Amino acid sequence: MLDCTPKEIKERTGGGMINPAKTCQPIGAMYAALGIHKCLPHSHGSQGCCSFHRMHLTRHFRDPVMASTSSFTEGSSVFGGGANLKTAIKNVFSIYNPDVMAVHTTCLTETIGDDIPSIIRSAEVPEGKVVIHANTPSYQGSHVTGFSNMVKGMVSYFAEATEPIKKEQINVIPGFVNPADMREIKRMLNLMGAKYIMFPDTSGVVDSPMTGEFQMYPEGGTTVAQLKDTGNSKLSVALGRFASSDAAELLAKKCQVPVATLKTPIGIKATDAFLMVARRAFSKEIAAELELERGQLVDIMTDTHFHFHGKKVAIFGDSDIVTGVTEFVLSLGMKPVHVLTGTPGGAIGSSVGSFEEDIQEMLQQAGVAGNVKAGGDLFTFHQWIKNEPVDLIIGNTYGKYIARAEDIPLVRVGFPILDRSVHSYMPIVGYRGAMRLLEMISNALLDRQDRDALDEDFELVM
Amino acid sequence: MAMTEKQLEEILAQYPSKVQKNRKKHVLVRNESADPQIIEANTRTIPGIITNRGCAYAGCKGVVVGPLKDMVHITHGPVGCAYYTWGTRRNKAKSEDPSKNFINYCFTTDMQESDIVFGGEKKLTKVIDDVMAIFKPNAISISATCPVGLIGDDLGAVAKKAEEKYGIQVLSFNCEGYKGVSQSAGHHIANNGLMEHVIGKGELEEAPAKFAINLLGEYNIGGDGWEVERILKEIGYHIVTVMTGDGKYEDLRNAHIAELNLVQCHRSINYIAEMLEIKYGTPWIKVNFVGVQSTIDTLRNIAEYFGDAALTQRTEEVIAKELARIESKLDQYKKLCEGKTAFCFVGGSRGHHFQGLFKELGIDTVLAGYEFAHRDDYEGRQVIPDIKLDADTKNIPDLHVEKDPERFKIKLSPERYEELKKKIPLGQYRGMNVEMKDGTVIVDDLNHFETEEFIKILKPDILASGIKDKYVIQKMGLPSKQLHSYDYSGPYAGFNGAVKFAEDITMSFSSPTWNFITPPWKDEPLLVGTVTEEEGVA
Repeated sequence: MLDCTPKEIKERTGGGMINPAKTCQPIGAMYAALGIHKCLPHSHGSQGCCSFHRMHLTRHFRDPVMASTSSFTEGSSVFGGGANLKTAIKNVFSIYNPDVMAVHTTCLTETIGDDIPSIIRSAEVPEGKVVIHANTPSYQGSHVTGFSNMVKGMVSYFAEATEPIKKEQINVIPGFVNPADMREIKRMLNLMGAKYIMFPDTSGVVDSPMTGEFQMYPEGGTTVAQLKDTGNSKLSVALGRFASSDAAELLAKKCQVPVATLKTPIGIKATDAFLMVARRAFSKEIAAELELERGQLVDIMTDTHFHFHGKKVAIFGDSDIVTGVTEFVLSLGMKPVHVLTGTPGGAIGSSVGSFEEDIQEMLQQAGVAGNVKAGGDLFTFHQWIKNEPVDLIIGNTYGKYIARAEDIPLVRVGFPILDRSVHSYMPIVGYRGAMRLLEMISNALLDRQDRDALDEDFELVM
Repeated sequence: MAMTEKQLEEILAQYPSKVQKNRKKHVLVRNESADPQIIEANTRTIPGIITNRGCAYAGCKGVVVGPLKDMVHITHGPVGCAYYTWGTRRNKAKSEDPSKNFINYCFTTDMQESDIVFGGEKKLTKVIDDVMAIFKPNAISISATCPVGLIGDDLGAVAKKAEEKYGIQVLSFNCEGYKGVSQSAGHHIANNGLMEHVIGKGELEEAPAKFAINLLGEYNIGGDGWEVERILKEIGYHIVTVMTGDGKYEDLRNAHIAELNLVQCHRSINYIAEMLEIKYGTPWIKVNFVGVQSTIDTLRNIAEYFGDAALTQRTEEVIAKELARIESKLDQYKKLCEGKTAFCFVGGSRGHHFQGLFKELGIDTVLAGYEFAHRDDYEGRQVIPDIKLDADTKNIPDLHVEKDPERFKIKLSPERYEELKKKIPLGQYRGMNVEMKDGTVIVDDLNHFETEEFIKILKPDILASGIKDKYVIQKMGLPSKQLHSYDYSGPYAGFNGAVKFAEDITMSFSSPTWNFITPPWKDEPLLVGTVTEEEGVA
């Protein structure tokens, strides 16, 4: 497995990727659009893009992922895709009848420069229906950028400040996370008695129940009315700087809603920070149940700290997720010696800092020396591990090649997870998500210890 | 259950008029007495229609070139296309030399905005330099994605310079996603490239063993190719190359030495088989290793072609041995499948191939179709001269080959060729339609709307399709079997494959999981009233 990867690290000057740790913008935009109630995502480009994105999302969620495409041929690429998009808009509304059609571009349509807003303006959009769009060139950023851009699109098309005084409600932008994470964030807010609008919200859409009937538009998703009302909220909480802060900043500019940008609430510190913001925003004490959960989490952490302490771990994936996971494993006493994201990690929006600086700062505070890279690939990551082996890898499914090549356990976290099921139904955020992460990490380490133990060292109680 | 023309019209009538007019030509209710029935295929997908089709890049890099294991395949473009074709089609491959097996790697130039503005050739050149410095593969391929064609990067020139610099072959494919109307265009571009630049470039003049064959259009999904190879080798064939599942660039170069080409997926490779016949004099036969009877027929046809008594005897021995081994296993599954019906909609030839295997289990296919076929895959090769080329097809460069002055060899006398043609599918494919029963439905490029509508009317017990509609179908309470990736099971080809398929299909029907869809409280009222008889009443 990966026998062609040498240990010796040579500088690569090409700027290409070998075994990338990111993918392209449109898939993120498609996923975000699924988080609007009764929305059909539409891919404006060749049909292969739409096919690839539906395939990948379906494999991750194991649920229907519906989306249409402009189905470009060579002619459309030469003469522009206006005619294709107009035809698509007409057909989509008459055949699939969504409330919202969310168009995202591809590298093809970006390169030929299709002007999406003016095409939409000249298209036949039925009364009461909306077509929104986001520019998602694949040659910038990553799938996280695409997600962020579509969420921004939701703000620019829908958000309105219609009330003279902001309402006692907050906007929660959950970022590129699983529906279970969105559910968990909502559960915590419900326990706080907080009023909120979460957008996008893919819970109920890509984790819909089996009823024996297919629904093109399942129950879930943020409604158009809610999206409009985001402009009246008193605060936007952007969870995950890379996936969520752009939309929150735009909402601040457009509707004067202040912003709190936080880490994705993975692990105890980030969850504490999230709940403190909710506590302040609503002047409400932390719900007793959440305090109980936190106490349970700390109990488990202290009970099991010796499983983790000093263990070396390599973490890769999307910046927001990796940031949260790194902070959590540090709080367990582990040493994240290799931390990598494939997405470019510079400051975006109005937020300060960068991925590399953030992670380095965390490592320094914990006294851990580690490799940190944004915009890296799994080839680099693998070479790092060859040069400094680790006890555990945390990342998405693509890490399994390295895990096998180097005989290191892999805990699957993030997107995409293509070779395991149930993950999208189980949160990694909040105190309960932290407990689950803790269970996964300790099981991986202890299973490994059991597997490698000599008969005389194989123990019943650990 | 059969379908009537009237039912079909009612479904199509729900479309806007232009869509209706278009789709009407792509759907048939099979009528044997009206044979031949014309179906439209390989035309543009209607914008806005939820289709299962992919693009030319998916066909070129994803299907045909990607499985060649001893090459580094570079996707020139932004990151996504390379990412989605990274190990996702289950083209299994193993290598004697693991340091020359790149099947688990993914290479991309990861073009950024500045590359789109200023051109990506320099970056591509540098990435090739990096690849050569680190990996030293036997050859390199470059596949173009959409924006590359638009900005006009000259892949051919970059490849040529790299060839001169490194002394290995660097193949470039202009397989931008927008070319053609489906992935079929990409197969064509890839195959033509391999035909033009790789096949016949090897040193061998003659096969090192008797009964040398190539297996064309077999992609070793889930190990299918390995099961086929197992059987063929046991009979005594020498397999020169498999194109392209578990394929090797080095073997492919010697494809010209084979005595016969076997064509498994007619759609993706029939034109290459024809070119090999023109250039090297190697005839081809259409084979089908899916299903027990199809496998037996195919093995007998190949033996017939070689006309060698010992080979024929060995063929019968292997068939008898394999049958004895699997028949009782299959019987237990048949009992649970008997009388059921299926939809069989897959990409190229599987939409046809799997019907035989379904039938052997007692399952009738009531609807079938292909995602990216051309008319000949439905109607048979005799329609090829009648197929009108449209602008989209014309955009795919056509390759014309001639007799190779040194390596052309007549493998069959013209008389023997004609004689054999009457007995075996030598240079022929009769298409899917002739084998489908009256009242069954044939759909080209089946889309989401039609899938739902046809299920409502035909009420099949199982659907064989791909990942994008798998969960749509299952949400309706019906089992769905992926025939692109086999739901990560397989192999399904050959004798062992038939047993595995039977096991998997039976599992879909007999799994207790389907029994839980309706919760018990939906069948029972909350308050159970009792009727008490009052004395004196009635």
